[in-house]
Amino acid sequence: MTTSAPRDAAAPLTLALRDVAKSFGAVQALKSGTLEVAPGSIHALVGENGAGKSTLVKIIAGVHRRDAGVFELLGDAVDFGSTAESKAAGVAVIYQEPTLFPDLSVAENIFMGRQPLGRGRRIDRARMHADSEALFARLGVSLDPRREARGLSIADQQIIEIAKAISLDAALLVMDEPTAALSGVEVQRLFAVARSLRDEGRALVFISHRFDEVFDLCDTVTVMRDGAYVSTSRVAETTESEIVSRMVGREVAELFPKTAATIGDVVLDVQGLSAAGEFHDISFQVRSGEIVGLAGLVGAGRSEIARAIFGVDAYDEGSVSVDGRPIAARRPRRAIRAGIAFVPEDRRQQGLVIEGSVARNIASIIRRRLSLGGLLTSRAENRAAAPWASTLQVKTSALDMRAATMSGGNQQKVVLAKWLATEPRLLIIDEPTRGIDVGTKSEVHRLLSDLAGEGLAILMISSELPEVLGMADRVLVVCEGRITADIPREEATPELVMAAATRSAATTPPAPTASSDKEPVA
Amino acid sequence: MSTQTDGSAGAPARTYSSYSRNVALRVLMTREMAIVVALVVVYLYALGNIQFFDGPLTLFNLSKEYAPILMMALPMTLIIITGEIDLSVASTLGVSAAVTGVLVIEHDLSVPTAAVLAVVVGAVLGALNGFFVAYVGLPSLAVTIGTLALYRGLAEGLIQDKRIAGFPDTWQDWPTERIGETQYPNIVIPVVVLVVVFAVLLHFTTFGRGVFEIGLSDEAAHFSGVNVARTKLVLFTLSGAVAALAGVYVALKANSVATDTGAGFELKVIAGVLLGGVSIFGGRGALHGVVAGVLLIAVLNSALQLDGQGSEVIQIIIGLLLVGSVIASSNLSRVRALLPRRAVKTAARSTTTPPTPTPGDDTRKVVQ
Repeated sequence: MTTSAPRDAAAPLTLALRDVAKSFGAVQALKSGTLEVAPGSIHALVGENGAGKSTLVKIIAGVHRRDAGVFELLGDAVDFGSTAESKAAGVAVIYQEPTLFPDLSVAENIFMGRQPLGRGRRIDRARMHADSEALFARLGVSLDPRREARGLSIADQQIIEIAKAISLDAALLVMDEPTAALSGVEVQRLFAVARSLRDEGRALVFISHRFDEVFDLCDTVTVMRDGAYVSTSRVAETTESEIVSRMVGREVAELFPKTAATIGDVVLDVQGLSAAGEFHDISFQVRSGEIVGLAGLVGAGRSEIARAIFGVDAYDEGSVSVDGRPIAARRPRRAIRAGIAFVPEDRRQQGLVIEGSVARNIASIIRRRLSLGGLLTSRAENRAAAPWASTLQVKTSALDMRAATMSGGNQQKVVLAKWLATEPRLLIIDEPTRGIDVGTKSEVHRLLSDLAGEGLAILMISSELPEVLGMADRVLVVCEGRITADIPREEATPELVMAAATRSAATTPPAPTASSDKEPVA
Repeated sequence: MSTQTDGSAGAPARTYSSYSRNVALRVLMTREMAIVVALVVVYLYALGNIQFFDGPLTLFNLSKEYAPILMMALPMTLIIITGEIDLSVASTLGVSAAVTGVLVIEHDLSVPTAAVLAVVVGAVLGALNGFFVAYVGLPSLAVTIGTLALYRGLAEGLIQDKRIAGFPDTWQDWPTERIGETQYPNIVIPVVVLVVVFAVLLHFTTFGRGVFEIGLSDEAAHFSGVNVARTKLVLFTLSGAVAALAGVYVALKANSVATDTGAGFELKVIAGVLLGGVSIFGGRGALHGVVAGVLLIAVLNSALQLDGQGSEVIQIIIGLLLVGSVIASSNLSRVRALLPRRAVKTAARSTTTPPTPTPGDDTRKVVQ
């Protein structure tokens, strides 16, 4: 902060993006992204999940091509068609979990595709190692260039990516949530490296959900919301609450018609649930007729909690009970029998047998009930599936169509049909409307509301703040594996939720549960 | 849940046809049916053109030789549909034959007792494969290549340099005696029973649905409450037990047991399964196709032998057929796409056009 570089009016901006737009099919991920980064500056880019940060970064990296808008690098208009072009132009992007070649050495990873050559076009290993050591010395870290990348910590992998960027003499480094998986010491080392790069006159873009880090490291901050630019300000001249209100400052749309339901007895009771490296001491209840929203940032551990409750993943401590009866851990079948339905986050991989037919998917959980004397026929499955497909207005011509041929919204209806057919007591639904069109979205919301009205207990995980605020009777906020807030519907505001979702990072050192057990190289 | 009735109040109840194609296309345009047709064509051709193929011994010998292959192909079908493979079946067969031989000839046990013990041993060997694949998480290809050698070694250890031959006559003769006046040996009876059992297991039970789901996506199966590990353990155990049963038969049929009894059978089994239209990637296949696949190999073999062809020609033809069937099956879906579908237009509309919410579109009111 003390040495934050003042903007030199004479030098061209390292990066200038103005009114950049990008659509994927019908979904407009980016409406008007604007980001101007001066040389010798560390620029924070903040925004909610889905604000368009990642899309913007991917345009800079050459992964996506923008549909419209200005894109200039060092004063020249550019248009990257591939990541190779963007690299050649001096852009380096460092992702949260770098993708190194685990079986190659550190030096080979740095010089992949441009190894120094000796006589007879043989790779000059000695020079490669010496160059790597020189890079590490410049960054002030000690890493052995000869060791293989497998087993390196995320922090060290990021250092390798940074070394690669420097060896390419990158003018612009974009770091997409680099600290998410780092410990306190590693964050400090990364920051030291970032500052020295800034002092060399390079420009850095730093994406983070942790405001303490933004205020510690960056000099300028750009806020994005709903795919559009909101503001850019000097970090020294702004406050955390100002940034938060700009991130969420929008009306909760009337898309979410949660109607009042009679809230009854406790259905789901979770006590002291912990899993090392995932979440810690999670306790909460969901009552009949109640929709409990589980809010938080991506990666906060919400899905992991849901999966542990349902029993597809293990947990170390704690208990789960439905209607007062405890449920054995790691036994999805028993959870189903106890009345839990679970609509997972990844529809194509987990929610559906995507290559299977609509009928078989809908009947997949209830088929034990459909078999007579141990024999199960397609006719019985079709007969059971048709009314549920009809209830959910699944659009398909025939029940033997493969789920893979349907739209995302229709697939989600099939998943819901399959679970509602089990007549559950509790519905856990992870990202109920991700990747589905607006029309189906409101259908799903209305359905959830009606189901709650009929006495179903619903635990809804959503990264869309308006969805959580509109649907939930109670919002639980998860941050770094812990529940940091329990906010009733009347008091829930975007600011309150957002603050709780970033709280532990801002007030306490990074929780060890969230960072210690991450696998370095897969 | 009452949603089912309430829900349709605001929107018209939709009706769905169960199938997008009519019965004829659904039954005829399948990989399995292609193999069945090929089998019939080859059989009729051989009957008309190859001397002695219509003789009384042809079907008898063919059944005798291919009974163990078909038996082992049954559990193999289920295993391959889950996306796994069991290469150790022939070695398990070898162990079982050795166990039967040693128990009956060296220790004077009765054949039924020895057979039961051999099947138990086979089930244990299969369960060992299943344990490593399902609970340790090792790839079945690697595990069963290992146990292919390991179990063969066990069989050799049991036999060593002993000469094991001469089973009691009554038991030795039974499997290869004709059923009444027919051209078929008795072994066909247990084979048919096993075919029916496995066909029901695969196509008409919840267990079988789980097998297909695991092959299409084991993660989705897991998330739907299918016990993936236990299913695989059961299948490998069944595979071991059935291979052992085949081993008892092979020992009795030959009236002797050697260290290489059944060696190489695994490839014939897998060839039959793949020729029968089962996808090596899992998730697809049907048991009638596999039966036809094994029989096609059997009929071709026997016809070509009677025609005086050498084994090299037979090998080449069966190899070409296998490669051809893989090519054909990957193109069959393309051919099928050209054929008429019921209500093509509605299908296309509901899948390709992004649904645009319009006020008059009553189909999107799920529940009011």
